[in-house]
Amino acid sequence: MRAHEIYPNGGPRIGVYVCHCGLNIAGKVDVHEVVEFAKTLPFVVVAREYKFMCSDPGQEMIREDIREHRLNRVIVASCSPLLHEATFRRVLEQAGQNPFFFQMVNIREHVSWVTEDPREATEKAKALVAAAVRRVIFHEPLQRRRVPVKDHVLVVGGGIAGIHAALTLADAGKHVYLVEREPTIGGHMAMFDKTFPTLDCAACILTPKMSAVAAHPNITLWTYSEVIQVEGFVGNFRVRVRRKPRYVIEELCVGCLQCIDACVYKDARFPDEFNLGLGKRKPIYIPFPQATPRVVLIDPETCIWFKTGKCKRTCLEACERKAIDFEQQERIEEIEVGAIILATGFKTFDARRIPEYGYGKYPNVYTALEVERLVNAAGPTGGEVRLRDGRVPKRVGIIHCVGSRDERFNRYCSRVCCMYSLKLAHLIKERTGAEVYNFYIDMRTPGKGYEEFYDRLLQEGVHFIRGRVAEVTDWAITPEEEGKLIIRVEDTLIGVVRRIPVDMVVLAVGLEPQPDAEEVRRMFNISCSKEGFFLERHPKLAPVSTFTDGIFLAGACQGPKDIPDSVAQAGAAAAEALALIDKGYVELEPNTAYIVEELCSGCKTCISLCPYNAISFDEVRAIAVINEALCKGCGTCVAACPSGAARQHLFEDAQIFQEIEGVLAYV
Amino acid sequence: MSYLYFPGCSLKGTGRAYEESLLAVFRALGIPLTELADWNCCGATAYMSIDEHQAFALAARNLALAESQGSPADGAVQLIAPCSACYLVLLKAQQCLAADIALCQEITIALKEEGHCYRGRVRIRHPLDVLVHDVGLSEIARHVRQPLRGLKIACYYGCQIVRPFALFDRPHDPSTMDDLVRILGAEPVSWPLKTHCCGGSLTGTIPEVGWRLNYLLLREAQRRGAHLIVTVCPLCQFNLEAYQDQIRQRYPDLAPMPVLYFTQLIGMAMGLPPRELGLQRLLIPVDGLMAALSKEGAHARA
Amino acid sequence: MAAIERRIRYESELDPSFAREIIAFSGSPSLMACIQCGTCSSACPLSLYMDYTPRRIIAMVREGFKQEVLSSRTIWLCASCYACTVECPKQIRITDVMYALKRYAIREGVHPPRFPIPVLARLFYNTVRRRGRLTESWTVLRLYLQTMPLRIPGMSSLGWKLLRRGRFPLRPEGIRDRQGLQRVLRVVERQEVTA
Repeated sequence: MRAHEIYPNGGPRIGVYVCHCGLNIAGKVDVHEVVEFAKTLPFVVVAREYKFMCSDPGQEMIREDIREHRLNRVIVASCSPLLHEATFRRVLEQAGQNPFFFQMVNIREHVSWVTEDPREATEKAKALVAAAVRRVIFHEPLQRRRVPVKDHVLVVGGGIAGIHAALTLADAGKHVYLVEREPTIGGHMAMFDKTFPTLDCAACILTPKMSAVAAHPNITLWTYSEVIQVEGFVGNFRVRVRRKPRYVIEELCVGCLQCIDACVYKDARFPDEFNLGLGKRKPIYIPFPQATPRVVLIDPETCIWFKTGKCKRTCLEACERKAIDFEQQERIEEIEVGAIILATGFKTFDARRIPEYGYGKYPNVYTALEVERLVNAAGPTGGEVRLRDGRVPKRVGIIHCVGSRDERFNRYCSRVCCMYSLKLAHLIKERTGAEVYNFYIDMRTPGKGYEEFYDRLLQEGVHFIRGRVAEVTDWAITPEEEGKLIIRVEDTLIGVVRRIPVDMVVLAVGLEPQPDAEEVRRMFNISCSKEGFFLERHPKLAPVSTFTDGIFLAGACQGPKDIPDSVAQAGAAAAEALALIDKGYVELEPNTAYIVEELCSGCKTCISLCPYNAISFDEVRAIAVINEALCKGCGTCVAACPSGAARQHLFEDAQIFQEIEGVLAYV
Repeated sequence: MSYLYFPGCSLKGTGRAYEESLLAVFRALGIPLTELADWNCCGATAYMSIDEHQAFALAARNLALAESQGSPADGAVQLIAPCSACYLVLLKAQQCLAADIALCQEITIALKEEGHCYRGRVRIRHPLDVLVHDVGLSEIARHVRQPLRGLKIACYYGCQIVRPFALFDRPHDPSTMDDLVRILGAEPVSWPLKTHCCGGSLTGTIPEVGWRLNYLLLREAQRRGAHLIVTVCPLCQFNLEAYQDQIRQRYPDLAPMPVLYFTQLIGMAMGLPPRELGLQRLLIPVDGLMAALSKEGAHARA
Repeated sequence: MAAIERRIRYESELDPSFAREIIAFSGSPSLMACIQCGTCSSACPLSLYMDYTPRRIIAMVREGFKQEVLSSRTIWLCASCYACTVECPKQIRITDVMYALKRYAIREGVHPPRFPIPVLARLFYNTVRRRGRLTESWTVLRLYLQTMPLRIPGMSSLGWKLLRRGRFPLRPEGIRDRQGLQRVLRVVERQEVTA
């Protein structure tokens, strides 16, 4: 194919623009020489240099040239296309040209920043410009596609982040599906008594939001439910949700709790999950008084009817509304949404993994989350800090960084432990008058009012011993250590090794990804960072987006986060989702792959290779079909297709071969 | 304005020249200083190490005497304390009594035993503060007869007049004495040790440590081209001047460095007789230096 | 070779009320707010001679290391220059804490025998109590006799020079109303005991 055959009106007319980027490029590359060289290349009508091509005058210069010299191809040699490809394509559009008659040459990241010798840098820049000129001749006009967007949003996870995101969207008039795995929303925050650093009662600030979710006309709340399948693409996701049977008809139950009183088990005798086993529940139960929805459920693992088929089922009689249904089956719901917010939260580090600290071995070693329940007025002890044998501890040691900042477990800092340890130290001291010791590596209190809270704790006389605890042991040396747990630590600030006998040890366990984060990641087709938290698109500039358009992140599923940060991020994710669906459509880049139907042999090689599940097989015609809305233009199928049927816009064979030849011809 | 004057023990002993030059300068400026009658030890450092409340009582007795002997101006009796330790302890007692009601009661009861009464109406002043801010640099300049041209001076403030209270100058980089020295025609050298500690009584109790601190001060002044050091405190002056022989035995690079009270320097510039300024009491005399300067000055004038 | 010493502290060896006492004694409750930044130690002109830096002294006071603190050289080396106090980001009155520790150590009698600094303090105190003023010459002579008699020959030439220049007057200073002053101090003392 000859170039002027496409353009009988005199053939391609190319403008080449070489940017100085201040001294970023001009400090190494002889820009003037590159421009003079470009002028000698075929079809180049005009070639210019400028200090900052991306600036307004730089852009205007290109627009003028397009009009004046009737340019129909533009090349800009400057920085990475990641930065300014969109800028210059817009310039072409504004001047009435199809924006894809454009090629960007990266002579900054690829040349001036990485080449020592100015001569070599200049030559390389010339070679790349020559290649771009050959390539751009074979560009074709392309159109971006618009796809309408469903204006419902799915929020996965009903902790504080999910709740806040759902309420924000619902208040903006969008319909939200909030899916929560547990029988109630509220997440970890519902377990806390107070929140740092203000010591606000967690329930007082959380439960109004929980009720608001339950009552909101724009929110469909599905608890005890899990997402099992996600299909589709930005603006058009199809999601299947499994609703587990709670053996109680949600619509009928009013939460009178008479069934619980009526249960054949007179006493609660099964470990209660919400209280981490520190309290007991019956087989028919509600996780906690403010549970939302306020609907009971039956645990088939402990209910004797389910286990033996023999029970008087006194609960059935007790329920006036006939809400109990032992025959209830799981249900699959299918919904279509335009955007998804993942707020699946975290789990705490399993303290048994550090046997030196004696968790699971010594009954008086607790995790911080267990102590959150102990200090909670609605917890198993009514807010009194008591050991398992009922004694009130006189001396308490809080060990920081359990499972964090440790190459053997997690390298990262869990960010919240210093502050929640301070909070627990305050509450324990307040409730028991105990001497409280904090064992820390560094105190990290970088938040509004956080350092002030640390200062307050210092002044309250809580001990702060800088040193990582080696061991918690019941091995007593001195009489005062008898019957105590002894914490062995170097007081690194004083410079002595100490043995501190205590009645109670609290392990400040770190935050980890949910155990099924990897499966969730795969289901939603997003990425995880090395430690297993969901990966944001950009750590600074796109912190709530993912690499999959239309899927956003909120809260600790993206990394350890406290409540203020989780709520802020949830608000941001809601805003991003709103921006997406409110626009009503998405525009898809045209650099997608397509199948030349007559060449496709139906071998299906491409289908299994596509990382975006964008290719399906048309059984009738026995050919592969690419969904352009799903295709990200990665080119895998194009390279793999044995018959050359898979091709890609902007990466046509002719364009790429011309580019290669351009470089080779110059060299 | 009239001022009461609290000499403190040192100005009757090792610091006699400070008292002589201070009185001479104020006399020449036409400002009467009346010595506080029957003043007692301020209660300084060593006393405070044994008993803080008694130290406050000592200070408070002086303040009560000042109230009964002085005539108040702007609601307060002006009490000049030239020794840095006295200045600090009197101020500290005053602030502690103002802040701690129980302590104030305790001290008031004790003073009452002897008919003394302190009502918090004393303003404790350092003579440097009075000279720079009450008298004023221009007034002092008017009295300069023999400008100290060519003289390079390291102004040494020491610790306790700027720390912890810093009532009339900046604690980190004080400048009042530098300004004063400039008015006298001399040139203050820039040196970072202005407020570094001379070791106080450590020169007497743990000499190796105290002497080392003074060596570092002297050597730095010497390196920065100072002809002499000027101080505002009898203990600083003594520490810097008296041990130079001993210091030189350990650190031979130290040349003799005269150490003067700032009031002696003012007196010299005002042309007051050397004996009135107690210059004969210096262990390292300034006569040679002054002669060289006046010769140089005469040369320059010619 | 130095003796091998145990470098561990059992909690029973510590005094949990020590911090409270020192706070009351120094009037510096902000002692508890110390974040162990070490500014005091680096600002201190004498920390390089101390066995424990001021920062460590504060940590030890807080944790009840009474024996170590009271027998340390640190508290005696403090020359009250207040550099630490003005630099402290938590506004702890460290100099006053050092004074409190000195008083505590003198009261408990735990300082090393014939250690010149507490001896000087004691001499100073006794003279002023008796006479109302200090006579520098006699105080210095007594200090050298009691703690450093072997150094006297080395200092004699300085003494002589001072004497000749009238800076070492041997006439004892004193106030007129000695009795009155003593009564005032005794009242303070009585009130302190009852408090």
